[in-house]
Amino acid sequence: MTAPLTPESALESHFVDEDQPEPDGSGPIVSKSPGQLARARFLKDKLSMVALVIVVLYVLAAISAPLLVKVGFLDPYATNQDLLNEFQLPIGAWGGISGDHWLGVEPGVGRDVLSRVWYGISFSLAISLTATVIAVLIGVSLGIVSGASGGWVDAIIGRAIDLTLAFPQTLMLLALSTVAVAFITETLGVPEGNPAQALYVVTVLGLFGWTGVARIVRGQVLSLREREFVAASQMMGASKFRLYFREILPNLWAPILVTFTLIMPAFVSAEAALAFLQVSIKQPTPTLGNVLSDSLRFAENDPVYFFVPAILIALIVVSFNLLGDGLRDALDPKGHQ
Amino acid sequence: MTMTDAAPTGPSTATDGSAPLLDVRDLQMYFPVKSSGLIRRTVGHVQAVDGISFQIESGGSLGLVGESGCGKSTTGRLVTRLYKPTDGSIHFEGRDIAGLGPRQLKPLRRDIQMIFQDPYGSLNPRHTVGRIIGTPLEIHDVVPKKQVLPRVQELLEIVGLNPEHYNRYPHEFSGGQRQRIGIARALTLQPKLLVADEPVSALDVSIQAQVINLLQDIQREFNIGFLFVAHDLAVVRHFCPEIAVMYLGKIVEIGERDAIYQHANHPYTQALLSAAPDVKQAAIGGRRERIQLQGDVPSPINPPSGCRFRTRCSYAQDICAAVEPPLLQIGRRHKVACHFAGEIGHHPAEPVTAPLLGVDRHGDRVPGTDPTPGLGTDSGYSDTWYDFPGRRMVRDESA
Repeated sequence: MTAPLTPESALESHFVDEDQPEPDGSGPIVSKSPGQLARARFLKDKLSMVALVIVVLYVLAAISAPLLVKVGFLDPYATNQDLLNEFQLPIGAWGGISGDHWLGVEPGVGRDVLSRVWYGISFSLAISLTATVIAVLIGVSLGIVSGASGGWVDAIIGRAIDLTLAFPQTLMLLALSTVAVAFITETLGVPEGNPAQALYVVTVLGLFGWTGVARIVRGQVLSLREREFVAASQMMGASKFRLYFREILPNLWAPILVTFTLIMPAFVSAEAALAFLQVSIKQPTPTLGNVLSDSLRFAENDPVYFFVPAILIALIVVSFNLLGDGLRDALDPKGHQ
Repeated sequence: MTMTDAAPTGPSTATDGSAPLLDVRDLQMYFPVKSSGLIRRTVGHVQAVDGISFQIESGGSLGLVGESGCGKSTTGRLVTRLYKPTDGSIHFEGRDIAGLGPRQLKPLRRDIQMIFQDPYGSLNPRHTVGRIIGTPLEIHDVVPKKQVLPRVQELLEIVGLNPEHYNRYPHEFSGGQRQRIGIARALTLQPKLLVADEPVSALDVSIQAQVINLLQDIQREFNIGFLFVAHDLAVVRHFCPEIAVMYLGKIVEIGERDAIYQHANHPYTQALLSAAPDVKQAAIGGRRERIQLQGDVPSPINPPSGCRFRTRCSYAQDICAAVEPPLLQIGRRHKVACHFAGEIGHHPAEPVTAPLLGVDRHGDRVPGTDPTPGLGTDSGYSDTWYDFPGRRMVRDESA
């Protein structure tokens, strides 16, 4: 406490020096915030760091792909019939790997596989990220409202979660796709084809994916709302909105971050599965899912073409999951042991 | 206690006509107990607070003591209207605030504020100190945005913290410093009444005195009325000129400091006081005889009939189970709710309240007599009271 005090203050005698520098000259003992401690724990976790590096590489790839396509470094659409033999399979070993085509060329039309998957990462991540954001937004809002208000609001949201979970969503996704995409193009005026398909996939993933987030957030809020700062906030006359989103929400970023990194890979693989089922973005626009789906036709004769997207999908899913687990361990050292 | 006792003359509300800052009458808080299962029927009520009345003068301070679960914290939260009372009235500056809705309560928040028990839980760990203290100003739009920070720094200085620390987070402070932050937040809106819910019980003993002194200075400087909830009798004795003792949702004895500490009339108060360590007694080598209470506090879901303390009281007789003792005024500023009220060692053999209630010593109605109307329902003090040793009504001639 080094501030000049007003000598005439009657309160002077109660000024206390509770954080004076240590006498041995080592400076004041600086306590670490929970965030700093979590960061330190996370940085020590080697597996999580590897996962983080891989995730960052994917994100960089996703961001750079459209730019690289523009400058001509990647060309996912150019066909190279001259690199294919009479069976339309790539000429040369390992799926036609060469100095020009690092991961070989596609059987059938001879497009560059590296360009296809690189560009595909862009679309896959964009779709799963958007869907994750939607799911987390819905889940966090409903989870906070449900946990903080309790009573019948909580009961209704709880039943809504049960109902959503009970829904046969994959089946519905397939069955309704034609109708829904037609609705999206005609009524909402979204351009036909890939934009409409992408919007459909994102909406459905988001609308069905929020339940887990909502449950986790609700549980956290149930314990937070018993803390006295919530009563203090009511005491100040704070509105419900302020209470939920200014007081409680900042205390939830750790579980939100963790669920985010755990939902994301689920949506990456969900998008791949949907692409495989011809519901998501369609060829020739590449996504990891539809490249994999395409490669299955040639899996026997050209396994390299099959393994490239398969490994890329597996790698991102595993990395995101490891990252999520690592974050959870770092942020909540007491649980999950 | 006789009429000639030279008690310090506090503002007598019954006579001078000026309304007290806070006037609580017959306050009740029943929490429903729900059955488990799909249809959650209400199967009972926790009678946390059951008909208590008291007053707090402007700038005065009432200490509320009692063991855990007796309803003292609930009372604090009722007065601040964090809870809505089941029944009863809370008049703040003459206006009943017991039934107000959230919207009507908002302006009231400026006048009634609260200091919380747990300095670790009561500050949002994700907000800076400046934001914690400045939020009330923002909510109530009291000062323009530019003046929030100077006001926050002023408040930090008042509570003895470094004004430059406004951008730090609560975890960077010690328990005592955090409680100071909580006090600064409570002072932000310049309240007239502060409810302190065990403000020092979570602190180190060495820090307790500092915080208590700070509260005392604040009270003097800003003329704030205090409702001081605590279980530490020494702290309350130091802080509050007036003390109420609660047991199982009821006030069993209320009065000014000396009346409670020197002339306790209720067996529970006497037991409570005998449990507190006494420095003076320790200095002369002995200690007071301890009155040990047997058994546990009964469940507030199903409290005992009549006097709630009777199950653990060594003076209890038939009447205690039959008739609830009213909170009778027995001194200038002293009320007690006991059929056998008397100073320690002088408890009467016959129920002193029986003639007033129109019952005999077993609590049975005596034909032809009526209970005195309005007995023990007043929240303030009257200038006439019932003198137990003399068995008659006496009048305060100094008034």
